[in-house]
Amino acid sequence: MPTDAVTFLLRRVGRATQQSVGRLGFAARFFALVLYHSPAAFMRLQLTFREIYFSGVLSLVIILVSGMFVGMVLGLQGYDALNKYGAGDSLGIFVGLSLVRELGPVVAGLLFASRAGSAVTAEIGLMKTTEQIAAMEMMAVDPLARIVAPRFWGGIVSMPLLAALFSVLGVFGAYIVGVRLIGLDNGAFWGNMRAGIEFWPDVTNGIIKSIVFGVAVSLIAVFEGYVATPTAEGVSTATTRTVVGSSLAILALDFLLTVFMFRGGR
Amino acid sequence: MNRSTIDLWVGIFVVIGIGAIVFLALKVGNLTSLQTAQTYRLEADFDNIGGLKLRAPVKAAGVVVGRVDRVRFDPKNYRAVVTMSIDQGYPFSKDTIASILTSGLLGEVYIGLDAGGDTQMLADGGVITKTQSAVVLEKLIGQFLFDKASTLGGGK
Repeated sequence: MPTDAVTFLLRRVGRATQQSVGRLGFAARFFALVLYHSPAAFMRLQLTFREIYFSGVLSLVIILVSGMFVGMVLGLQGYDALNKYGAGDSLGIFVGLSLVRELGPVVAGLLFASRAGSAVTAEIGLMKTTEQIAAMEMMAVDPLARIVAPRFWGGIVSMPLLAALFSVLGVFGAYIVGVRLIGLDNGAFWGNMRAGIEFWPDVTNGIIKSIVFGVAVSLIAVFEGYVATPTAEGVSTATTRTVVGSSLAILALDFLLTVFMFRGGR
Repeated sequence: MNRSTIDLWVGIFVVIGIGAIVFLALKVGNLTSLQTAQTYRLEADFDNIGGLKLRAPVKAAGVVVGRVDRVRFDPKNYRAVVTMSIDQGYPFSKDTIASILTSGLLGEVYIGLDAGGDTQMLADGGVITKTQSAVVLEKLIGQFLFDKASTLGGGK
């Protein structure tokens, strides 16, 4: 029967839509709940410091090394392209602008999502699987204040600092390639960079971007962990969803923010 | 991992992170030149401003003394009116000449101020009357070609 096939397909589309809208609504309520329980979490700041250590300090190595390499590649490729127009001296502004405005927040955010976000999801998911969260509720300990909020805020604090470090190391990498290796003039490199990059709006918009990415990645990570199906397979699915979801969220948010921040020049 | 070790590492992380933001502000961006020094406004109208953009530098003897604040078109006399804010520390005489210049062939467009000898100084909101418009390269080339053609034609 062709009509049966059609109704079957329509039903599946309907169910999928219902599920995704429901999930989005639940995520929004979850976000509000986390914010509501945050003051209780701030009463014990040590918990948040611990999460800054796990998601921020332990991500330092990958962020610093990647920033350095991205900067060095930008230095080589940028010089190659700019030199065709005799503008090799503008390498500083090219590297600085692309790192501060885009690559710093975005690449640091992607690395942060895969390094720290996935770990947070797996941790919370496993706590749920081993019924530690249920046990906490039994003991009248609020898991949102004790487990979720510190991880959420730890990520938000770490993200802008990591993005800034990424940009600095990138500029340093470009300096090594441009000035030390290729032999550009040191003064022209830094001078062009400072002439072309304003603290306001270039650097501040980069910082705003990284804070927004920090909120998005942290929220997705704790949410996916909290709603994970309490099985081994469920935790692995949740971890994958965190990495895929937050990467897509970062790229989409980056486009939206860029449209509002840098539309039509200054 | 005990508590004091975590505190120490988080402290190091936050300090170098804030250090990185300060580095971006001072070394990569030019926060130092942006500090909101006291400025006063000057106006100047030009026949043609070429590629002058907002926030373009205003230079005197090659030193940046201010920025272009606003560019608008005056429909009454068909001229462009440029408003610029100049550092309070640099007064300019009333017969100052403002010209639109380009650094290099493809460089940025800026306003050059050449101070005159008048003892009266321009006050806030003052108007620079002596201006020199942008040199439009296409017109220059067109004129050159036209001259060349007419001299070649005349020599025959």
